[in-house]
Amino acid sequence: MADLPSERVFTGLSATGGLALGTIVVEKAAALGDRQAGSPGQERRALDAAIARAKGEIGALAAKADDLGAEILEFQSALLEDDDFLGLAFARITGGDPAQEAWSAALDGEVAQYRAGGDDYFKARAEDLLDLKARVLRSLFGTDTKAPARMVKDTILLAVDLTPSRFLELEGPFLRGAAILGGSPTSHVAILARARGIPLVVGLDTKLDKAMAGQHAVLDAKAGSLTIAPSSATLATAKDRLDSIAADTRAWEELIARPAVMGDGTPVQVSINLDDPAILDNLPPAHCDGIGLTRTEFLFRGGRLPDEDAQFKVYRRLMAWAEGRPVTIRTLDAGGDKPIAGVTPSGEANPFLGVRGLRLSLRHPEIFAVQLRALARAAALGPLKIMVPMVTLPGEMDQVRAILDLVLADLAKAGTDHARPALGMMIEVPAAALCTEYFETDFFSIGSNDLVQYLTACARDNAAVAPLADPRNPAVLELIRRCVAVARAKGIEIGLCGDMASDPELLPLLLDCGLRSISVSPAQLGPAKLAIHRYSGKAGRHG
Amino acid sequence: MRDAAHDAAPVLGEAVVRDPTGLHARPAVKLTKLAKGFEATVEIRTGQNGAWINAKSPNAVMKMKAGYGETISVRAEGIHANSAVAALVGLIERDFDG
Repeated sequence: MADLPSERVFTGLSATGGLALGTIVVEKAAALGDRQAGSPGQERRALDAAIARAKGEIGALAAKADDLGAEILEFQSALLEDDDFLGLAFARITGGDPAQEAWSAALDGEVAQYRAGGDDYFKARAEDLLDLKARVLRSLFGTDTKAPARMVKDTILLAVDLTPSRFLELEGPFLRGAAILGGSPTSHVAILARARGIPLVVGLDTKLDKAMAGQHAVLDAKAGSLTIAPSSATLATAKDRLDSIAADTRAWEELIARPAVMGDGTPVQVSINLDDPAILDNLPPAHCDGIGLTRTEFLFRGGRLPDEDAQFKVYRRLMAWAEGRPVTIRTLDAGGDKPIAGVTPSGEANPFLGVRGLRLSLRHPEIFAVQLRALARAAALGPLKIMVPMVTLPGEMDQVRAILDLVLADLAKAGTDHARPALGMMIEVPAAALCTEYFETDFFSIGSNDLVQYLTACARDNAAVAPLADPRNPAVLELIRRCVAVARAKGIEIGLCGDMASDPELLPLLLDCGLRSISVSPAQLGPAKLAIHRYSGKAGRHG
Repeated sequence: MRDAAHDAAPVLGEAVVRDPTGLHARPAVKLTKLAKGFEATVEIRTGQNGAWINAKSPNAVMKMKAGYGETISVRAEGIHANSAVAALVGLIERDFDG
């Protein structure tokens, strides 16, 4: 028997969670080979034929794609029916360019325009154009564009890059995971992989090597690493983890549609954090106790200031989805790491300690009041809770209540349907966390991400201090315990909506602190309910 | 290039983008499909000063990057120009629903 190759670990960025064990299949960038260019007339016909074939392939893929996949493919397909768009390439052919050069140059020119301006949405659409560029070129050169016959059982795909349509093509019973050298966690292919539960690592730090093909590999997408030719110890650990993930998944699938209860039967409210209402289409409301945090920044993307009706429409949709469950909506939390051009101040030396959250809203009462009006109108439809971010002093909550009172009086005078929503505050600023007893508020919600950042003096966007920003720090837990005790004494609700609650390993510590209400990212509903179910009242290290 | 000698004046209309996320891929594709159903030349632009672009080109419509609250002007010329403008304005006004 030949010597076994020794284990090699490559690192990249995590684009999804998950772990996969399998065999490496290397997908080389399509080698296009040579192609003899003909007369402009022949080149035009060759490109026409390549486009027609590409259109057929995309149509076939779209027929079996889900909503997100279909949207990506639908746009690509529309571009292939866009005479002006195709005309850019045809004009180059008329000018004497071979078909492949004409197509590439035309597409590259358009890609540059989509990328200009830096908007993430349009940058992601540039990927669609590159996807289309590659597909038509392969078709032009007669490169086989079907899924390669060499896909094996438990494939871990290794490629320079992976376009969204190529991912949809390769996805199937054989594909266990993928690692690509390019890409980013915000790309379309990463979004697709997350939606399909396929582990994906992007930006892998290696070169493609034919010798990697056919080797066993462990893809740890959560950690962002690929281990090729794993040692028997690595493999055994990975198998154990995979077994335990599978067992956990089976366990939480049983629990996800039921209310969360701890081992001793104590109920715990589990709500969801909402970044984008689009995800609600695929989420049964019965799986949660409502929405614990709506990040309304999505409404203000690209510096837009949506008017009252547009906001009301979105809030109304959340209320309808929740079917009577509480819906907590946070007022605009811009500033810090979430600038909005024209609204947030520029040139602050330390934006995390600057005019952000409520501080910004109080400086722009004209924007704030519009949001409060839309929220008060939506409150007529069910239990809507307004949550205010970055509160430092009790007087700030009094100011918010005064503005809300004015808004409510205006609505009443105009005879517009509305109701007084619950008005609560986030606990993120240590000075507020230590003085919760002095605040007049209907509820508290702990924003653990910022609380940990401010308490440990570690910027969230600085990887160099990440190890110090440990949510397990006894100071963090002590403060949370204190806030819970005050809320109980005051007889008002307290929950936690930061990343801490979404981590099944940290969740027991929060239950130790006495928290009985959390809000998690939708994908973590099952794992969180399982962690609660397994909690027997003694996870902690306090006492 | 427009034909200055055309005797029928172009039909004009306008509508405001109602979707908080703006005129993105799906609405853009819907709009161009509707425009393609008309033989008339159909063009759109953002605001009063944007450049007129072909409403039958999804690529051009996307590149307008029309945001929430922006006014889209529609103009059409030729056969059934009136219906074309009415249809596009209607689609934008009902937020690309249906």
